[in-house]
Parts: sequence; structure tokens; C-alpha cells
Amino acid sequence: MTCEHSGSLLHGYLDGELGPVLAAEFERHLESCSQCIAQLEEQESLRSSLRAAKLYERAPAGLKMKIKRQIANTEADDEQWSWVPIWRWMGASAAIVALMTMSYFAAQRMLTARSGVQEAVLTEMIDAHVRSLQPGHLTDVLSTDQHTVKPWFDGKLDYVPAVKDLAENGFPLVGGRLDVLNGRSVAVLVYGRRKHFINVFVWPETGKESPVPASGSRNGYQWNYSRAHGMEICAISDVNAADLHDLSELLQE
Amino acid sequence: MLEPHERERFERLVMPHQDAAFNLARWLLRSREDAEDVTQEAMVRAYRFFGGFQGGEPRAWLLQIVRNACYTWIEKNRAADLMTEFDESAHHSSGATPEAAAVASSERERLMKALESLPARSREVLVLRELEGCSYKEIAAISSIPIGTVMSTLARARERLQQTLRPAPGKEVRRDV
Repeated sequence: MTCEHSGSLLHGYLDGELGPVLAAEFERHLESCSQCIAQLEEQESLRSSLRAAKLYERAPAGLKMKIKRQIANTEADDEQWSWVPIWRWMGASAAIVALMTMSYFAAQRMLTARSGVQEAVLTEMIDAHVRSLQPGHLTDVLSTDQHTVKPWFDGKLDYVPAVKDLAENGFPLVGGRLDVLNGRSVAVLVYGRRKHFINVFVWPETGKESPVPASGSRNGYQWNYSRAHGMEICAISDVNAADLHDLSELLQE
Repeated sequence: MLEPHERERFERLVMPHQDAAFNLARWLLRSREDAEDVTQEAMVRAYRFFGGFQGGEPRAWLLQIVRNACYTWIEKNRAADLMTEFDESAHHSSGATPEAAAVASSERERLMKALESLPARSREVLVLRELEGCSYKEIAAISSIPIGTVMSTLARARERLQQTLRPAPGKEVRRDV
């Protein structure tokens, strides 16, 4: 039998990618799990033998020279061809791929340019969502009863989020959890949707600026941000945008 | 096509990552010769598309292009490589040359063969992490997968690598092939 944490989580820890809260939690787990300790040691020794083997292969000097030369020629080429359809020899498909690549980067850049803070909060939220899907990390209080989940937050935060069970609307309440967002502890409500989970971050309004764009998707995760009753609410999940929007409306009621 | 100062920017920001580009291609293609061709092609492609790059991490931007060039090359020339993804037993025999099957003479060779025996996607993520030292976020951007998938792919890749390196008496037979 293997410990459930010896999977992904152990590797996130090994790579220093868990974040302080989760890393501390995992260290606590290590105190009582000899299996994970052994696996961690084995992985560390695998890593050091990989390092010792010096498997990194640098580009040969000849290749670097060839590249330099070809790039110099590419420029000359382009100058010469600049007044004829330059895509002709690349083929239409290559042109489309190029355009798509460029617009992809342009879109990414626009998103990033909007605000560094938005970017950071969004990344944190997506990371938190992904982490929550690791075994044993979804909820701190597991209950489908809103009257159990709501009091659980009492005393853990300086506010109490509204907790509704929306099972009748197809979003059963799964439980609640504390998470850290933008340097503060926030309440997270977990809802189910068919076989998927939706994390709903709830915190008191902090200002007029919204910390994330109203909605969008990245790496296959969707988010939907709204405000209601003095709270900021952000739902995040891999369910489709329409479902997420529905949930968001229900939460605002 | 590029302004002189853009060309200077390309040389300053992107060219220093040629080693990273070659290393990724070498491990994805499992051949230095093919890696040279694909690296060259990818560098030229990056140069052409450099107008579309204005910020962010130039290494990740370049590696994304290299990675895509490698998969395009594999699909065209060695489509069977990608199939081994789903067939754990196949990649030992298919990708491996007679030398690969021979007894590895040194620890380095043993590790090299083990790494090469991993499915392409696992190898990719492992090389980016262990050899290139990329963060999960960078790997997610380069490989176009969610961060959670980076973590689980790494876990699987390392466990498989561990299994391959563990002395398995049943596999001794291969040495005679």
C-alpha cells in the first residue's frame, strides 16, 4: 500500500513548488509517514545522481555558427523579398500558424499588461484550485449542510461568508476551506457540479478595482468574478463557463 | 524583416538560450544529429516570429517554439515514438538501438538510457525540470499544460525512471539481444 501523498504532492514538495502553507502541512505529514520519508529520500538520491551524471548537452559550436549565419541570411532574404508576397514560399498554412502564434502571444500580453496584481491574484487562485484537487486538500470542513459549514468559519476569519447549499440548482455544497489569497486568509466554499469541483473564494470588498478580470479561462480553468452584499466572490473550476456563470448568479442572490 | 535594433535584441535575449534549445531537442528526439537540424530550424523560426515577442521570459518563449518544432518533426519522421506513450512495454524495444540494449558501461550511460526510455511527454517535463531547472509555471507555459498536470507528470516520470533504474532480474535477457 502506498500513501496517497507519495504521488504528486511529494514531488511538488521536492521541487519547492507547494507554497508555504501546503509545504508546512506536508512536513507535518512527513513526521508520521515513514513511507513518504523513504520515497522522498529515494527521489532526492535520484535527483543527485541525475545531476552528477551531467546529462545536459550544450549546442555544438558548429551549430551555433550555422545558426548565426543562417539568421544573417534570413535578414538579407527578407529584404530582397519584402516587396513580393513573403508568405508565398512559406505556404498558406505556415502563414496561418504564424498569425495564430502571434495573436496568441498578443492576447497573452494584453492579459499580462492589464495589471501585474490581477495576474498574481489569478495565478494564486488557479494554483490554489489545482492544489485543492490533490487528495485530502479540497475541504477543511466536509459537509453538505450549510449550517455546519458557516459556523465553521466563525472565529477563523474576521468575517463570515454567506453559505448556501445550491443542490436544488445542481450545485451541491461539498464543504469549506481556508486558503491564502493575496497575503490574507480567505474563505473558500466548495461546490460540486456533476463530477467536477468548483472553488468559490469569498472575501470582503477591498476597493473599487477588481483584483481579477470578470471572467476568462486559462490552462483549461475558468473563473467568474462578481460582487454582492459587500463581498467579492470568485468561482474557479474546470466546468464550462456557462455553468460557472449560473453558479455566480445564484451566489449573488 | 527585423529592424537592426530588433536583431540586436534577438541576439541579446534569445541567442543565449541556444544551449537550452539544443538540450531540449536532443532529449526529445533522442539524437544529436536530428537535434541539430531541428534546433537550427526552430532558431530561425523564432527569429522570424520575434516581432510577436515583447515581454516575458525569452527562454520559455524559445523553448515553446523548440518543443513544437520537435513534435512536428517526430510526427513527420517517427510517428511511432508518440504511440509508445500509451504502450509501456514498447519503448524499450522500439526506440532503443542495439547499443542501448547492451549493458550500460557507466552510471551516466545507465541514466541516459533510462531517461530515453521514458515516453516523450514525461521526458519533456523531466528534462525541463531536472536539466533546465524550469519552474512549474515555466514548464506549464512551454508545454501548454496546467500546472497541476506538470506536477502529476513529473511524479509519474520520476517513479518510472526509478523503476527502470532498479535492477530487474527479469530484464537481464535483453543484454543478449
